[in-house]
Amino acid sequence: MCLSIPSKVIAIDENNYATVETLGVKRGVTLDLIPEKVEVGEYVLIHVGFAMEKIDTKAALESIEVYKQIAKQMEEGDISELEGDMGLEDLRGKNGSN
Amino acid sequence: MDLINDFRDKDLIFSLSNLIQKKSKKPLNIMEICGGHTHSIMKFGIHKLVGKNINFIHGPGCPVCVMPRSKIDAAIKLASMDNVIFTTLADMLRVPGSTSTLQKARSQGHDIRALYSPLDVIQIAKDNPDKKVIFFAIGFETTTPMTAVVVEKAIELGLKNLFFHINHVTVPAPVRALMNDENVKIDAFLGPSHVSVITGSKIYESIANDYKKPIAISGFEPVDILDGILNLVEQGENETYKVYNQYKRAVKLEGNLKAKELIDKYFKICDFEFRGLGNIPNGGVDLKDKYSYLNAKFVFDCNVESKKESKACICGEILKGRAKPYDCKIFSKVCNPQNPIGSCMVSSEGACAAYYKYAKENV
Repeated sequence: MCLSIPSKVIAIDENNYATVETLGVKRGVTLDLIPEKVEVGEYVLIHVGFAMEKIDTKAALESIEVYKQIAKQMEEGDISELEGDMGLEDLRGKNGSN
Repeated sequence: MDLINDFRDKDLIFSLSNLIQKKSKKPLNIMEICGGHTHSIMKFGIHKLVGKNINFIHGPGCPVCVMPRSKIDAAIKLASMDNVIFTTLADMLRVPGSTSTLQKARSQGHDIRALYSPLDVIQIAKDNPDKKVIFFAIGFETTTPMTAVVVEKAIELGLKNLFFHINHVTVPAPVRALMNDENVKIDAFLGPSHVSVITGSKIYESIANDYKKPIAISGFEPVDILDGILNLVEQGENETYKVYNQYKRAVKLEGNLKAKELIDKYFKICDFEFRGLGNIPNGGVDLKDKYSYLNAKFVFDCNVESKKESKACICGEILKGRAKPYDCKIFSKVCNPQNPIGSCMVSSEGACAAYYKYAKENV
């Protein structure tokens, strides 16, 4: 039931109904459940014909940057920063626990 | 930035996998609550990337898998009435009831339709004013607000021929029931993705504190799941029990407030019988009393005598994490996706279906 593929909004009509594109496939979804205004070009998570939430691409990018740093340090064999008590907390910065 | 492939990147997967194995010093039973995670873990072979210390316990977070026979029997009874169009989401059609399935009832000529979206039922009701249209609603908190939108539209349009049989369930109640079962040994939780988009990450804090277990809410992609596991390993080693929101790109602390308002407007908490877990207090929601005129449970006779579960099927034990699919004598031989005996084999999110598809020969 869960399709977690992010979908790009490519059009929005006057009924708050959006055309989204998922991996090249276009489909219609309602934006009735999204609290904020959605703009064309933004990404949303969809589930059974509803957009559930906008995807925060800045947060996604921050996560990927952290993983790239981990990968780099693992490759260099220097994992001192990744060790110790919750060693990743600093690296994750704002991406830590709520 | 590629929102899909960056989270499936081979180098990132292997570096996180290596780091998990480096940091993991003691056994850790991680329950992934959500069936979507079960599916991803088996599909991407994540269980083989985390080292020998980590054991995945597949949780009860698949709405199809937790549906008891009694609900399916009631659905078939409703669908078999004269002048009815019965609608639900596709996975439900194949779930075995006591003696039949909705699919078999459809082949006997009853008008049973699988919807792409719950919203489609509005048009069906408009197009068929002489028929009684029933929507059999299922799902965890992810789909509850979507049903609420449909209820709201039905009321706005004054549709007199649309009724709802609500079977929505909640995540925290069964998780607490499992933690209160002394036979269940869970050290940490991988929290659900989509449920958390709606509920927010805050709802897990009391569970983490009450049972002193760390919870990592994570996305469905392999990199997401591995980061969630890495955090749980760290917390396990450090004996902390925080809620870590790995899926910040979609999950907020308070969740989707609009969706939560809609849920509160139309639904009230009720008990729910989970397949394999029994009756869970506050485990589900139903329409508020003032909307009883829309509630199929009151408008129609849904009473039906259900048979006990098949003795051979151990879906209940699997949903509790006390057995793996391959511990079941009928797994893959008698019970398979073409002929599901138990509900865990029906949905692609069920543990048995995931093992059958991705790890039948090699678990």
